[in-house]
Amino acid sequence: MISNDHRLDRRAAIRILLEKRGELLLVTGLGSTTWDAASVGDDERNFYLWGAMGAAAMVGLGLAIARPERRVLVVTGDGEMLMGLGSLATIGVQRPPNLAIAVFDNSHYGETGMQASHTAEAVELLGVAQACGFKETFDVTNELGLREFAGHIDDAATTLFARVAIRADEPPRVLPPRDGALLKTRFRRAIGAEA
Amino acid sequence: MGDLTTTDPLDWRDEIFAVLKRAEIRQVGYVPDAGHARLIELGRRDPAIRAVPLTTEEEGLALLAGAWLGGQRGALLMQSSGVGNCINMLAMTKTCRFPLTMLVTMRGEWAEFNPWQVPMGSHTEAALELCDVLVYRVERPEDAAETVAAALDIAFNGDLATAVLLSQRMIGAKRWVK
Repeated sequence: MISNDHRLDRRAAIRILLEKRGELLLVTGLGSTTWDAASVGDDERNFYLWGAMGAAAMVGLGLAIARPERRVLVVTGDGEMLMGLGSLATIGVQRPPNLAIAVFDNSHYGETGMQASHTAEAVELLGVAQACGFKETFDVTNELGLREFAGHIDDAATTLFARVAIRADEPPRVLPPRDGALLKTRFRRAIGAEA
Repeated sequence: MGDLTTTDPLDWRDEIFAVLKRAEIRQVGYVPDAGHARLIELGRRDPAIRAVPLTTEEEGLALLAGAWLGGQRGALLMQSSGVGNCINMLAMTKTCRFPLTMLVTMRGEWAEFNPWQVPMGSHTEAALELCDVLVYRVERPEDAAETVAAALDIAFNGDLATAVLLSQRMIGAKRWVK
């Protein structure tokens, strides 16, 4: 992967996004971004998707609408985002100001054998988001750009979209709990949605 | 904006909307559908409800999962063809035990003109039941509100997935030649 080794390391990238997380709520997609989030440390305010490929951004939308006083970050991969591409159109219409979406784009399907994804050939997710109505988009190719995006999550006035160029590598898996009902209930309790 | 005037004070669509309000539904995901047109319009006009148009029905299951994570109740409006789009996403609903109520207007059954609607319409109920969704059929307007209320109750009381199928005969088959 010498050709793209100027890209960010995914584990370093997730640490930067979460290092000042404060009250931030996190949704991750199937599957590498779920392991990335777990590598920073499990947290009850993380909702990890272990399935439902294509759902991450929409889970973030429903959550952001339900909790306008909280900031919601979705971190997912290019393959997961491609499976829910229509959700960018849906979110582009709603654009809650407390939602931010970061797509870790390595142009590969890391969980299935590193097959090339559509972003390796032709598709630019940033352009898709812009065409879907996102008003603030970030093409992140280095740490400085990532910190600029991360610093903006707390004071954004519209839904943010960042395409984060990461290296196509496979760091060791760090697996969070995979009991969906447990993940749901502890999340709701952590934010006061359930007694 | 559609025309909301009606001469029938007991329109079943209005009764369903009143049930959604009583159940404190705050997010309504929908894929536009003629049978749901009035319900969609009522939802869009209500300041307490966020009506979210979807590009495809499975987005709605994810939307309502997020809503519930945040403490809000939601409902989905779709046509029977959309049920097929939801199958994989129903795995999340079941695994996480998210409460879910889908209001499904039926196509491909009573006096259907378009044969392309028939394969999904004739298996909507079986497909949902295969995915462990509790299915309730409504054939008569006077049963609609009560059935939706019952589905919402069992969904939110038990963290269960439910669907209410509104029959094509009740809705009235789409008129193709005017």
